[in-house]
Order: sequence, then structure tokens, then C-alpha cells
Amino acid sequence: MTAAPASLPTRPGAGSGSTLLLLLRLRTFVALILVFGFFAFAAPNFLSAANMVIMSKHVALNAFLAIGMTFVIITGGIDLSVGSIVGLCGMVAGWLVLNGLDLGQAWTIQFNMVEICLIVIAIGVGVGVVNGLLITQLNVAPFIATLGTLYVARGAALLSSDGKTFPNLNGNPDYGSDTFRVLGAGSWLGIPVSIWLLVVVALAAAYVARRTPLGRHIYAVGGNERGAALSGVKVNRVKMAVYMFSGFCAALVGLIIASQLQAAHPATGETFELNAIAAAVLGGTSMSGGRGRIGGTIVGAFVIGILSDGLVMMGVSSFWQTVIKGLVIIAAVVVDQAQSRIQARVVLQQQAALGR
Amino acid sequence: MSGPPIGLSIRGGTKVYPGTRALKAVDFDLRMGAVNVLVGENGAGKSTLMKVIAGVEELTEGRMEMEGRPVRFRSTGEAERHGIGIVFQELNLFPDMTVADNIFIAHERTRAGIDIDRPAQAAAVRAVMRRLERDIDPDALVGELSIGQQQIVEIAKSLAKDARILILDEPTSALSAAEVEGLFKVIADLKASGVGIVYISHRLDELIRVGDYITVLRDGVVTGARSMEGVDVPWIVRNMIGDASKDFPREGPARFGPEVLRAEEVSLPRQGGGWLVDRVSLSLREGEILGIYGLMGAGRTEFLDCIMGRHPHATGRVLVGGEPLAGDVAGRIRRGVALIPEDRKRDGLIGTMAIRENLTLSSLRDFARLGRLDLRAEARAALDYAKRLAIKAASVENPVFSLSGGNQQKVVIGKALMTRPKVLLMDEPSRGIDVGAKAEVFRVMRHLAGEGLGIVFVTSDLDEVLSLSDRIAVMADGRVTAILDAAEADAAKVASAAAPATSRLEDAA
Repeated sequence: MTAAPASLPTRPGAGSGSTLLLLLRLRTFVALILVFGFFAFAAPNFLSAANMVIMSKHVALNAFLAIGMTFVIITGGIDLSVGSIVGLCGMVAGWLVLNGLDLGQAWTIQFNMVEICLIVIAIGVGVGVVNGLLITQLNVAPFIATLGTLYVARGAALLSSDGKTFPNLNGNPDYGSDTFRVLGAGSWLGIPVSIWLLVVVALAAAYVARRTPLGRHIYAVGGNERGAALSGVKVNRVKMAVYMFSGFCAALVGLIIASQLQAAHPATGETFELNAIAAAVLGGTSMSGGRGRIGGTIVGAFVIGILSDGLVMMGVSSFWQTVIKGLVIIAAVVVDQAQSRIQARVVLQQQAALGR
Repeated sequence: MSGPPIGLSIRGGTKVYPGTRALKAVDFDLRMGAVNVLVGENGAGKSTLMKVIAGVEELTEGRMEMEGRPVRFRSTGEAERHGIGIVFQELNLFPDMTVADNIFIAHERTRAGIDIDRPAQAAAVRAVMRRLERDIDPDALVGELSIGQQQIVEIAKSLAKDARILILDEPTSALSAAEVEGLFKVIADLKASGVGIVYISHRLDELIRVGDYITVLRDGVVTGARSMEGVDVPWIVRNMIGDASKDFPREGPARFGPEVLRAEEVSLPRQGGGWLVDRVSLSLREGEILGIYGLMGAGRTEFLDCIMGRHPHATGRVLVGGEPLAGDVAGRIRRGVALIPEDRKRDGLIGTMAIRENLTLSSLRDFARLGRLDLRAEARAALDYAKRLAIKAASVENPVFSLSGGNQQKVVIGKALMTRPKVLLMDEPSRGIDVGAKAEVFRVMRHLAGEGLGIVFVTSDLDEVLSLSDRIAVMADGRVTAILDAAEADAAKVASAAAPATSRLEDAA
């Protein structure tokens, strides 16, 4: 964080539009620097390496969900089910580590760690498929479809253990599942595995968004679904893809949490979907679709994560934390509106200048 | 001047939109107790003029007077307070609410400002309906009424607000012959009670029958205004399209290649019976421009949509280069068909994206290798097409909506061309763009046809279809009513073939 804060625009009016615009465009980043700077002074031990690692582990969980959510929101949809998918996937992972798959007649299949991860991911993607099918084939509004799967997945998670926690997910070396905890607790080059995973997923997502036809189609569907369809974009396929990816991200989070805690609790992940939406919106994703960037979302996730961890370190009550988080989100959206108005004006001025 | 009193007048009315001048120093008098007919081609400025009167838009220059006092409507509410009511072509009704609720929407009769006084509303509706001599139950759901009855509800909505001036925008376009008769009777009654009526329609015979005064608009200018006495169809047509025909000559002699597109008995059922497209068969050769002329609702757009595969229930066959066309839009684009839709904003452009991204949206696979976009090649191609089509933009990275209408249209055309089509379908390619941009778009069309592209274009502009087409197909009521060679076609022939069966001209001059 060596970037010097840009000087505040002191010249109001039409002429200074571009400076103001640049500042507004980088607003999430500015917010991140402000939040970071504030806690560096105000919270003891905030800048210690250990704290950095812990915070980024927290942020990573939300960031995974927010990346998946960003694509969904860019297509003009919403995925409320991710929190429940986290819970369900955690429970499935716990079940498989503890019990394996009971085939009846005293036969039980035990899986190694890789197999468990693949099965859990398949379940997360499967919920995404259900969301996608409901939305594209049965024309259910995304809000309602994913609200439904939110309840179903949460209920399934609770049913899987009768509401109890699966404890002591240490795995069994005989089955090759003792490495399960590496996902949440392991590290490489001093950086936790979950952070490496986040880097990989975020880079892949940013690549898809910027450099592939699928990415372009995702933006097109959100910008104008009719227009996209008429241009030859396979709208339904695009929508399926984003909900499946969102499910995939949620499954990863479920695995990581179960591995970190070495336990799976069916209520894990409640309200995670709201944090993910908040990070995406804070990062500049437009709820009306068509706009948003993975980089922005990651920064947004960091703002939210650092804010809540820093407040905890300062000893602010969790009730106040909630209020502050809400205020930050509202402020972000207000600034977002201001930016798009100013941006439109600047572009029109450019075009008018061209017409002279 | 003698005759009925003038209720509203506009002097020097000018309205400028970004990129176009919709009205140019228009003078308009609206006479009370009479039917003031307004006629002109699409884009001539009729709707803009009516929007100004109804308070939807404000004049850029010029003034508006009512009974000698200058007025200015900043909102529809203000216009309503001055007794102006408008019935748009697209009805603005809530199908799931009752007739009374619709009529009193946003100024409900209430008790103590909270509780809706339904009996009072119902009584008021019955009174209005008696005045209109219609028996429509105030408690009926609007969605269950026929289109003609819904039109009456719209008129009643205006009358319930004590409208002294009533604007009817193409009121008969969706009505059956019997319903049209009913509407004319209502108009006559309203006229007798002193209401000033503005009547907009494309059906020339209807105008002559119902009108007392006529105003003709062309390209935002009033080209004729007089009392209806002695007005005939040729007079209207002459003023509508002018004597000086805009010409777009082809480059060199016409050379048509083999047949590239063939539609066989294409049909599309209408929801609730009837046909939107009724057994349309057409063929198109390479290098040919086929103009489809017809009024709004003649099924032209729907026919193009059928070719494009947007309607799964469409029947009939479409062949491109002798091979039948099937599958979804993406597959059809790959087979060499491209559509330039009528509504740029709704169907043509992705508003959140840059010009470059819009241009390449249909042809992204050309820039992708192993799923990776070659952004540099993409930018090169976008720049190349922007130059070839003379798109005036500061940068291809600017948002597409920063462009003027004509340049937006060129982006849509560029997007279609980047798929290297064999057949180009253009739905009202000149809609909403000014004269200069129109000429440029037409030049591009000529040039493309010269390169061997087959072009089908739809228009409701007589002048355009006559000057641009090699062959003209006229559609009415979903059917092809005439196919004319450019040499044998003239305005009267085309116009009479385009009139719907419900009010076909007996003798079109």
C-alpha cells in the first residue's frame, strides 16, 4: 500500500470532471486505503504479519462467494442460495470424512481427500444447476428461485445431522482423508492454502471476464438480454454457467470452513450471501446488470473484511459493527450513482465537442 | 379566419433532440369542436408535436397559446389541468385492474383522502359511458375487454378528467371494422359537444372521412394545412412525401446472382386467434434489395423475426442458399443471416458496453483462439469497421449511447456485417435518424448490395421503398398483398396495396 492518496479535487464544475471521475472510479480502492490507514493507527497489532494472515483468511471466504456473485449480478440476476450451499457442502464434506458413503449391507465406501473435494464441489455446482434450470427453463425470477434453494439447501444441511455438528474431522490415514485439514489450515510459502486458492480462482475469473467470449456474453446478457439474444448470444447457457460457477465458489467455501474448523455445523454460512452481495456492490457491480469487475469485488471484500476485523480489534460492539457496515454499503451505492451521472455528462460533452 | 374557434395554437415550434431536429418552426392550430387531422410519415414529427401538446416534451423554441394566453406544459399533469387528454397508440392500461380503477388512476375519488370511494367512481364511470353511449361495466377487468373497448376506456379516462382537447394517436390501428365505426360515432358525439380532437392516422381514407382540418408534416416541417374540403388522397400523398424524390442510385447496372433466401409459406399465429404472419412466401437473390412496405402491425417485423428464428411457433420453411434454416438465433447468424432490428435501444445495442464491444458481439468467435479473445485483433477490426461505416466517435471505447441515432444505427449495421452475412434483414433502418444519416445508411445499403449481399428491408416510408428497392413486397394484415418490380411500382399502387382489408381504398386515385 504505497499509493499516495490523490489530491482532492478543489475545482468544482464541469472542467474538473475528469479528475473527479478518476477519483470516483477508484473509490473502492480509496475506501480500502482509508480503512486500512485508519486501523493501522487505531487498532493495536493491526499491522502484524499474523494479523494480516488471519484477516486475509477471513476475507478469502467472503471473496470466493463475492466472485461468484459478481458474475451472477452482472447477468442481471442474484444468487441468495450461496450461504446455504456453504452449509450444505460443509455437512456433506463432514459426513464423507466421518462416515464415508454407506451402501447398506455393511458395505461402506471411504474416499480420499481429492475424491471428497470433487464430490462436494459437484454438489455445489449441482445446486447451481438447479438454480439455473429454474431460472432459464421455468422462468422463475432469480430472487425467488435462489430463495427457494436457500431454504431447501439449508434444510438438507440440518437434516443430514439432525441439526448436530460433525466433530473431529481429522480424517483417516488409511483412507487418505487425513489431509483434509490442509485446505483450511495448511500453508505454502508462509501463505495459507485458502489464499492461494483465492488467487487462482480470482485470476481465472478475471481472465474469463476480460479475455473470453463467455465473459463478454455475461456482460451482454446483463446489459440487454433481448439485444444479446438477437446478436446470437446463447442467453440460457450463459445464465446456467454463472449460477453453476457461483455454486462452485460456495462449495469451495464450504470445504475450507469445514477443514479450518475440523468440524461441520449445519448453520454455517447463514447470511453469507448478503456479505457477498455487499462486497460485489461495494466493488462497483451494478445491481441492474451489465457492469462490474472482479478486481473491484475483491477490493470490496477486503474493505468489508478489514472493517469488521478492525472494529473487533478496537473492541467496538458487534451491534455497532453491523450499523457501520450498512452505512458503508449505502454510501458506496450513493457514490456509484453520482459517478454514473457524472460519467454520462463527461461522455456527452466529449461527443458534443466532436460534433462542433 | 372563420370556422370553429382555435383552442390551442403553436407558433414557430422547434424541438431538438440530441442528433436530430424533430420539429422545425412548426405552426399548428387546433380547432375546438372539430377533428384536426395530423398526417405524415414515420419520423415526420407527428408524435413529437403531440407529445409537446400533451406535456410529455417541452418545445426547444417557439411558443404555445391557449385562448390567447401563452402556456407552457412542463409535465403531463399540467397539460391535464389545461384540459388536454391523450390516447396513445400503445394503450396505457392496467389489465389486472377494473375499468373504474383504470379511469381514476392517480386521481382516485376518495373519502377523507384515504379511502377510495368506489360507488362514486362507478357512478362517474357510468355517466361517462352514457356520454360515450357505451355499456362497459365499471367493475369489469380491463384485461378481459376487447381492444376496441379498451380504447373507449382510454378515451373515458381523458373525459373523466374533463378533457376539452383529446389527442387520438392512431386509434384505429388495432380495431376491427365494426369497432372503427363505433369509434367514429363517439368522435362525432364529442365533436358536437365542443371537444377539440386531434386525430393521427396512416389510413388516408379514414382521415378524409373523419377530418375537418388537416395538417401534413414532412421531416419536421408543416407542408400543408387547410380545411378538409376538397382534400383528396393524391394531395395528401404529395404533401407527405414531396415532389422532389430523394434518390439513391445504384453503383453500376444491377447484377443479381442466384437465389440466396427463400421463404415458403411462413406463418405465425396471433395470440387469441388469427395470424400475425399469414403464409408469406418471398425470395431474394444475391445483390438484390427487396423492400417490404406496410403499415404498422402489417406483420413485417414479425416476418423478419420468423426468418431469424425468434418465434418457436412459426411454421413454414426458410431456405438460405437452398438449404433449410433451423435452430436458434446463433446458428442462423452462422448460416449467414443477420437482422438489424427496428428498436435499436431495445434489441440492437447493449447500452452498458463500449462501441467496440457492441460491434464484435455477434462475431466474437472470430477473435477467439482456444477460448481466448485476441483483444488486439478485436480492436483492429472494430476500428476498421468504424472507419468503413464512417461512425463518428471520439473513440471506439466510448459507450455506445454517447453516439447520435444515425451513428448508433451504423454500429448495429457494423455488428451485423462483422458476421459476414449472405442475407441482411433490416427493420426500419432509417427510424429515428435524421436526413443526412439516412442518406448515408442508404448509401451503405446500396454499396453492400453491389458487393453481392442480399438485403431485405422493411419500411413504412413510401419514398424510401420506391427509391431504394429493386423489388417491392407490400404487406397488409400479415399477408403479402402485392409484389412489384421497381419499374412498375408507384406511390398509389403501393399505398393502396398496403391498406388493411378493414378499410381498403376503393379508388386510390
